[in-house]
Amino acid sequence: MTRASMARKYEPRKAPAKKIATSAMIASLAAEGYDTVSAPFGEALVQAARKDDRIVGLSADLSKYTDLHIFAQAMPDRFYQMGMAEQLLMSAAAGMAREGFIPIATTYAVFASRRAYDFIAMAIAEENLPVKIVCALPGLTTGYGPSHQATEDLAIFRGLPNMVLIDPCDACDVAGMVPEMLAHDGPVYARLLRGKVPTVLTRHKPDYKFQLGRAQMIREGRDVLVVSSGIMTMRALDAAERLAADNVDVAVLHVPTIKPLDVSTIVAAAREGGRLVVTAENHTVNGGLGEAVARELMLAGVHVPFRMIGLPDEFLEAGALPTLHDMYGLSVARVADQIKSWL
Amino acid sequence: MSVEAHPGPLQNMSLAMRAWNIRRKALLMGEVQGQGYIGQALGVADMLAVSYFHALDYRADDPEWEGRDRFYLSIGHYAIALYAVLMEAGILPEEELETYGMDDSRMPMSGMASYTPGMEITGGSLGQGLGIAVGAALGLKRKKSPAFVYNLMSDGELGEGSTWEAVMSGVQWQLDNLICIVDFNNQQADGPSRNALAVGAEAPKWAAFGWYAQEVDGNDIKALVAAFDAARALKDPRPRVIICNSTMCKGIDFLEQREMSHFIRVEADEWTKALTVLEEGKPE
Repeated sequence: MTRASMARKYEPRKAPAKKIATSAMIASLAAEGYDTVSAPFGEALVQAARKDDRIVGLSADLSKYTDLHIFAQAMPDRFYQMGMAEQLLMSAAAGMAREGFIPIATTYAVFASRRAYDFIAMAIAEENLPVKIVCALPGLTTGYGPSHQATEDLAIFRGLPNMVLIDPCDACDVAGMVPEMLAHDGPVYARLLRGKVPTVLTRHKPDYKFQLGRAQMIREGRDVLVVSSGIMTMRALDAAERLAADNVDVAVLHVPTIKPLDVSTIVAAAREGGRLVVTAENHTVNGGLGEAVARELMLAGVHVPFRMIGLPDEFLEAGALPTLHDMYGLSVARVADQIKSWL
Repeated sequence: MSVEAHPGPLQNMSLAMRAWNIRRKALLMGEVQGQGYIGQALGVADMLAVSYFHALDYRADDPEWEGRDRFYLSIGHYAIALYAVLMEAGILPEEELETYGMDDSRMPMSGMASYTPGMEITGGSLGQGLGIAVGAALGLKRKKSPAFVYNLMSDGELGEGSTWEAVMSGVQWQLDNLICIVDFNNQQADGPSRNALAVGAEAPKWAAFGWYAQEVDGNDIKALVAAFDAARALKDPRPRVIICNSTMCKGIDFLEQREMSHFIRVEADEWTKALTVLEEGKPE
């Protein structure tokens, strides 16, 4: 009980169309109108592991919630249940990497970035060991409140030398990032979408394929350039279709690798045609993609109108995810409205 | 894994002489810098002598030899002591002794894997070594390697929660190839460890978690040899710990009697005096 809880009142929202409850943590991310793939990470990992016996999987009591259970079932002797001990998870992964293995360590993004940070920094990153940290519930993808909402994970890890950071958009990205992060000889932090994951990018760009370190133009447009990562690319693409009806032509540049950033592609796109540049990220506006892009544009001397879509510098509310995405500006409608208001 | 003495050069040198050499080299390095964790180095010298000249299997000319026993220094600030034993073992050239702690040296004040041959991990952020050792022990088992992982930690690290995560995990995975050495000198940065979190009954605590726990005088070479032998020979599928009660500054009486602290102050003229005292106590 704090003063904030004493001040809080229950006031039902005005006329909800239908009752929506906080979804269970294992719920998949909703994206209307898209096909879904089940557990793309687990399936891709099993495929890769069949070809490379250095790959081992470790989890801190969250294998089912990170789709690592698919790997555990397929290759039980290569799966290590480390228990509810994230510091141990990261240290032990470092130890296995020292012995020549490629460990995949999974947990929730909050626990990796907050609880186990020093272990990732010193035992893994400082020695540039090939540990792949794959974490569910990135940004605002659960309504459980700040204990499970990793709204600042990328800001935390961007400061860490040697780390490669991936923020995938959909099932294509999640499946595509697996072989690429395994091939990278160093530590990787990847945000994970799990469960039934929508297939988005190939519908908008049929030949799309995830490439580590590469930003890719998914949709061309004359008026606005959205530079986005993760699920916000999905939101941006849907918002672009809505805005097209209002004769606003929106380009969407998808940046699934946050570090190293594909600076030349981003700068070249921003230079083109005097468009409004909008960054969109499922992350606090502090220290994520938006600020990284702003820096690069400043350094490159690109002076364009610039706006950021992202989560506010706050501990977020609990509730149903669609409500929260609407509240904090991540829903398709809010993305479209914000862009329109800036034109 | 054999339990015979390490078949290195100068095989016939006594472990007491090895420990004496380690102390001497550490004092010489301390003199170079005018500072250093000399109290810890003098205290841990006997454990390192028994580790490197009785227990561990390694090749001095090939520190990365796949078959070696791994020796993890969780306590990065003990680096001065590890450099001394690595020189004594012929892994580091003795000519570099005078570079200790200097710019461009391979021997920084806190031990780091990327600087020094023979330094397996980057320690220093306390409470990490044992967890890394658990992972390495798991990895060695996957490779069906007979090598052991030794993790040298301090009593202060018993206060880190991550240590106990690793303690539980070692039992969970039945890591009979993991040997943890705890240098219990009862001294951490703010004072006695027993006044902080290492309140006592350390061996029973580890035993209660399921470890094969021994508690010995960490400055008694005979007792250490027996404990290392027992730890390696045990057939039970469980990890092993040796709690080594040690005396800071061991072997230099005027420093031993100094008011204990984590970072011992040694005046400029006292390094020579300490070396003289050490010389007087040289083993036969």
